[in-house]
Amino acid sequence: MGLLDKQFNNSNVIITSLDNLLNWARLSSLWQMQFGLACCAIEMMAAAASHYDFDRFGVIPRATPRQSDVMIVAGTVTLKMASRIKRLYDQMSEPRYVISMGSCSNCGGPYWEHGYHVLKGVDRVIPVDVYVPGCPPRPEALMEGLIKLQEKIRHESLVKKTA
Amino acid sequence: MSDLLTAPVKTSTGRSLRSEEMIINMGPQHPSTHGVLRLELVVDGEIVVDVIPHIGYLHRCFEKHSEHMTNYQQVIPYCDRMDYVAAMNMEMGYVVAVEKLLGIQVPERVEYIRVIMNELQRIASHLIAAGTYGLDVGAFTPFLYMFRDRERILDLFETTCGARLLYNYIWVGGLSHDLPPGFIDKAKAFCNYFRPKIKEYNDLLTFNEIFIKRTANVGVLPADVAIAYGCSGPMLRGSGVDWDLRRDDPYSIYDRFSWEVQIGKGEVGTAGDCWDRYMVRIREMEQSLNIIEQALAQIPEGDIASAIPRRIRPNAGEVYVRTESARGELGFYVVSDGSATPYRVKARSPSFVNLSVLPEICRGSMIADVVAITGSTDIVLGEVDR
Amino acid sequence: MSPQEISEKLQSQFGAAILEAKIEGIIQPYIKVASVNVNDLALFLRDDADMQFDYLMCLSGIDYGKNVLGVVYHLSSMTKRHKITVKTDVPVEKAEVPSVADVWPTANWHEREAYDMYGIVFTGHPDLRRMLLPDDYPGHPLRKDFKVPEFYQGMKVPY
Repeated sequence: MGLLDKQFNNSNVIITSLDNLLNWARLSSLWQMQFGLACCAIEMMAAAASHYDFDRFGVIPRATPRQSDVMIVAGTVTLKMASRIKRLYDQMSEPRYVISMGSCSNCGGPYWEHGYHVLKGVDRVIPVDVYVPGCPPRPEALMEGLIKLQEKIRHESLVKKTA
Repeated sequence: MSDLLTAPVKTSTGRSLRSEEMIINMGPQHPSTHGVLRLELVVDGEIVVDVIPHIGYLHRCFEKHSEHMTNYQQVIPYCDRMDYVAAMNMEMGYVVAVEKLLGIQVPERVEYIRVIMNELQRIASHLIAAGTYGLDVGAFTPFLYMFRDRERILDLFETTCGARLLYNYIWVGGLSHDLPPGFIDKAKAFCNYFRPKIKEYNDLLTFNEIFIKRTANVGVLPADVAIAYGCSGPMLRGSGVDWDLRRDDPYSIYDRFSWEVQIGKGEVGTAGDCWDRYMVRIREMEQSLNIIEQALAQIPEGDIASAIPRRIRPNAGEVYVRTESARGELGFYVVSDGSATPYRVKARSPSFVNLSVLPEICRGSMIADVVAITGSTDIVLGEVDR
Repeated sequence: MSPQEISEKLQSQFGAAILEAKIEGIIQPYIKVASVNVNDLALFLRDDADMQFDYLMCLSGIDYGKNVLGVVYHLSSMTKRHKITVKTDVPVEKAEVPSVADVWPTANWHEREAYDMYGIVFTGHPDLRRMLLPDDYPGHPLRKDFKVPEFYQGMKVPY
C-alpha cells in the first residue's frame, strides 16, 4: 500500500507519527465498493440504510472501484463472475482491502458440494483481509467485520518488518 | 421502433448523415442493475436500439442441488436463497407443490400463519423494490424511510423463527415454529403503524414531480405483449391485466379473505408504464395489510406440527404448482420417482420471465430510461439465475 | 374445457401424433406428443377458439435417464381458465425439438435455458445460445451423467 509502504528499515518518532496519521485517516473513511452479488447484498444494504447506518464508520458506498478502498464481496461468487471480480479488484487503487461477507464467498457456503458453477471461496481469485461468517451475516456481524478491518489497518506501518 | 430511429438524419442542404451504432456494456457491476445483471446496449447516439441481457452471473445450481439432497425438506433453504428478498414466498411455492404431490392437508392454523408471513414478506419485498427504485431514479430519502419500516417486519420474522432474511420457516406439512407469545399484538401494532406510512411514501416519492417525469410514459408494456412474454405479478398487473393467482388460481386459504387486485390504469401516463408498475406495488402493500388484518382476527388455535410427515416419500408422479410471489407467478415443477429425493425440481421464476421482456420495452428509449425500466421490473438476480 | 375434452379434440385433430393422453389417476393430466409435431400442436393450442392457451407457464427440460431427454410444456389459458401439460421425448443422440418461440415469445429464454442445461437443440429458435453458463463451459450440467469439471479457466471447481 502506497509508495512509502514498508520502505523504511528503522522506526523513529516521525515515522510512527506518520503511521498513526495515515492509519487513522485510512480507517476512518473506508469507502466501500457498492457491489452486491446475492443475498448478503440485501443485508449489506440494510447495514447501509437507516437502521444500522454504516455512514457513522465513514463507510460510503461508491459505484466505481477507482474511488473505493474496501470491496465487500457480498454473496456467492460464480465461475462466470470470478474473472469480473478479479478485474474489479485490479482496478481498485492501493491501499485496498477485501471483506468477504457470508459463507458463500468464504468457502462456497451451502453450494460447496454440488455447485458446478460456484467458486468455492473468493480467496481463490483475490486476497481477503476479513472473513465474516454467516448465511447471511447480520448487519451487526458485518460491522464487526469492518471493525476488525479497522483494527488491522490501525496496526499497519511504513516500517519494513523483519522476521 | 420510432420514426426517429429509422428515418435518416438530413442536413439543411438535404444530405443525409450517416450514424453509427455503438455498443455500451452495462454491468455486471453496476449500481442500478439490482445485482449482477449485464446488459449489452446497442445505442444510436442516446437512443437505445437494442438491449441484450446477459444473465447467469449468479447461477447457483439450484436444480442440481435439489436433485442431490437427501430429502425433500432439505431443498427449502435453497428455495430461500433463490429469491432472497421474498424468501417466505419461495418456501411457500415449493412447499405447496410438495404437499400437493404428497396429498397432505395442513391444519388451519398453519395456513393462517403462512398467509400472514407471506403477506408480511410481500410488503417487505415491495418496500425494497420501491426503495431501490427511488435510488435508481435519483431519490435517496425514500430508500431510508422504506428500510426503516422493513426492519420492523424483519423484527417480526426474527421473533418467530430467528432469522432475518432466509427463514427455512415453512416446512412440508407445517412450520418450524409456532407463533411466539405476543406476536399477534405485535403484528397488529405493525399494521396500525404501517398504514399511514404508505401515505408518507406517496408524498415523498410517488407523486413527486421529478419521479413522475422519470417514470410516466417510460417503458410502456402493452397488455398483449405482457401476456405473450409470460409476464406476471406487478409487471402484468401494471399493464392493466386483472390477474392475480391468489384470486384466480387460489391456493392455501386466499379465497377466504376480501381484498382487491390492483391494476395499472395509466393515471399519470400510459397504462403499463414504469409508474404504473411501481404504483401497483405500493397499492398492493395496502391490500396485503388488509389480508394480514383479517387473518390475524380469524387465526384459530391448534397444533402446527400435526401434519408434518415423518418421512417424505411421495409416489412416483409430478406436479406443477404456481403461487403468487412478490414478483409474480412462481411455479415449481416437481417430479418424483418414488424415492426420498426429488427427481427433478424446476423453478419457473417470475423474474426470469419478466426480464425476458426487457429488450421489447427498452427499444427506442433513452439510455437513462433503461435504468428506470430495469428498476421497475423489480428483478432479483438470485431468482433470475437460480 | 376439461382435460378430457382437450385431449379428445387434440386426438381428433392430430391423430397418431398424440402418443399418449393420461387423464385419470394422476395429479395433473398430461398429453404426450411426438417431438416433430410440437410446433404445430402449440400453434393449434394457442389459436383454436376452444383452446386459447395464451400463456406458457413453464417449459422444462428433463433427463429421464436411459438416454432419453424430455421437454415439458405447462400451458394455461387466461380467458378459458384451463390448464394442460404437454410432454415430448427425444433420444439423447438426436435431441432436437421444434422451437415454440414463435408461438409464445416467452419460450425463447426457457428454451435457451433447456438447451444450456440439457443440450436439447430447439430447431428454428431465433437465438440458441447458452443462457446461464459461460459459453465455454464444458457439458450440460443437469444431465444425469454430468461430471463436474476439475478446472474452469484455471480455477479449481470442486471444493
